[in-house]
Amino acid sequence: MSKRVVLEASHAVAEAVKMADVDLIAAYPITPQTHIPERLAEMVAEGDLDAAYVPVESEHSAMSAVLGSAAVGARSFTTTAGQGLELMHEALYIASSHRYPIVMAVCNRTLSAPINIWCDHSDIMSCRDVGWIQVFCQNNQEAFDMTLWAFRVAEDPKVMFPTMVNLDGFILSHVTEPLILPDAKDAAAYLPKYNYRLALRPETPTSHGCFGPPEIYLEVKYAQEIALRESRSVIDQGWKELKKAFGRQYEAVETYKAEGASTLLVTMGSLGETAKMVVDEKRARGEPVGHLNLRLWRPFPFADFRKAVNGVKTLVVVDRAFSFGGPGGPLASELRSALYDAVDRPKVVDFIAGVGGREVDGAAFEYMFNRGQELAKTGSDCLYEPLQVRGLATGTGVRG
Amino acid sequence: MAMKGYKLPGEVPWNDVELGAIVTEPGSASIRKTGDWRTERPVVDKAKCIKCGLCWLHCPDAAITPMDDGYFEPDLYHCKGCGICASICPKSAITMNEEVEK
Repeated sequence: MSKRVVLEASHAVAEAVKMADVDLIAAYPITPQTHIPERLAEMVAEGDLDAAYVPVESEHSAMSAVLGSAAVGARSFTTTAGQGLELMHEALYIASSHRYPIVMAVCNRTLSAPINIWCDHSDIMSCRDVGWIQVFCQNNQEAFDMTLWAFRVAEDPKVMFPTMVNLDGFILSHVTEPLILPDAKDAAAYLPKYNYRLALRPETPTSHGCFGPPEIYLEVKYAQEIALRESRSVIDQGWKELKKAFGRQYEAVETYKAEGASTLLVTMGSLGETAKMVVDEKRARGEPVGHLNLRLWRPFPFADFRKAVNGVKTLVVVDRAFSFGGPGGPLASELRSALYDAVDRPKVVDFIAGVGGREVDGAAFEYMFNRGQELAKTGSDCLYEPLQVRGLATGTGVRG
Repeated sequence: MAMKGYKLPGEVPWNDVELGAIVTEPGSASIRKTGDWRTERPVVDKAKCIKCGLCWLHCPDAAITPMDDGYFEPDLYHCKGCGICASICPKSAITMNEEVEK
């Protein structure tokens, strides 16, 4: 029997990891991710979860430890945030290149300096190209569902890629809200038993992490690139099965009240919840606006995105990270790139907001909707407009 | 020296690469020719050699092969020409001769 509970997203993730019956957890606590390893350590200590818990001395070691456990075929989990993800960085490529299906929850946090523990997407944006499957969550239910789903997709023999579940630090990680936990038996039925064909075993020796000279490296990387793109069918299948098992529907690109909308507001992560409230208000006033939630960040769902924005005049994009000296916010620059070859493409207006935990409330969304539509009409030679910078006149954009 | 049945890295097409480039055949590194990096080759003078085996013991690439007659011969398929064998030999029985281009 599934049950309705009240949990913060961190504990929802821990419940999902427990239901996934992982073999090993290696994690280093860092705000705002701390409650995930803390809860998992409790579960292991209390005998509720039969897994090894490795209290490593750094995030680099956390990733290295799960690389080792993944190499022997153990179902492995780790979790981090902000600076911790940066410290892991080089080892993230090893996980995806070795094709180890590690699952990691990232409680998105900005990057120093100045030191700041609050939410934005600076940490994950520097990890776009590490070769992991990457999804974003809007609420605590999604944090649970995506974590369970992540194991299923990552471990599929047709996929075998590590998977990152992004949940906004504090805004989700520390916020308590109701969600539905499935029965452990149903979760187990959703997540098949994992068997790693190439596991390090004395009786069938394999070598992991071998030398890849110029005459083979390129072929290895091309195979990896194609495999990540082709993981889409399993990603979608994982969501279809999740709907069948638990009744909740997820897609790579999700739209809300997009029918007949001339303007769509695009977000990733928890901002989607506020955006939808503002869409409701504007729709009640007869304004043709909707919301687009980009759930799947890697592999980027190009076809789904182009289809979702077909016929839309304006996309108002909310970025939660700077791309210093670059082409505007990372999200908008990727969306622009995805649309460049489309014949009838919408105008893309980019805002950078909510950086370093700065509040993005309903009024901010109201402003972005209106200002975005205005800029789409008048045209703009700016890359993006930063929101709520003290001392900067409202409506000042940044030029390239 | 190449092992039968193994493909060299340069012979594997992209869609035949094992998952994660993981190697499933133990010892397959020995098929890779590293002898072509060499600029100097070790030459053993058997008249001076006392069969002590120090060259074999010190070779960082296991490229000194013990022979049936008790002497030691460099394995030029793998020898990179570092010269440690020549340096360690107590009888100066190994000299490093410059490789000349063919």
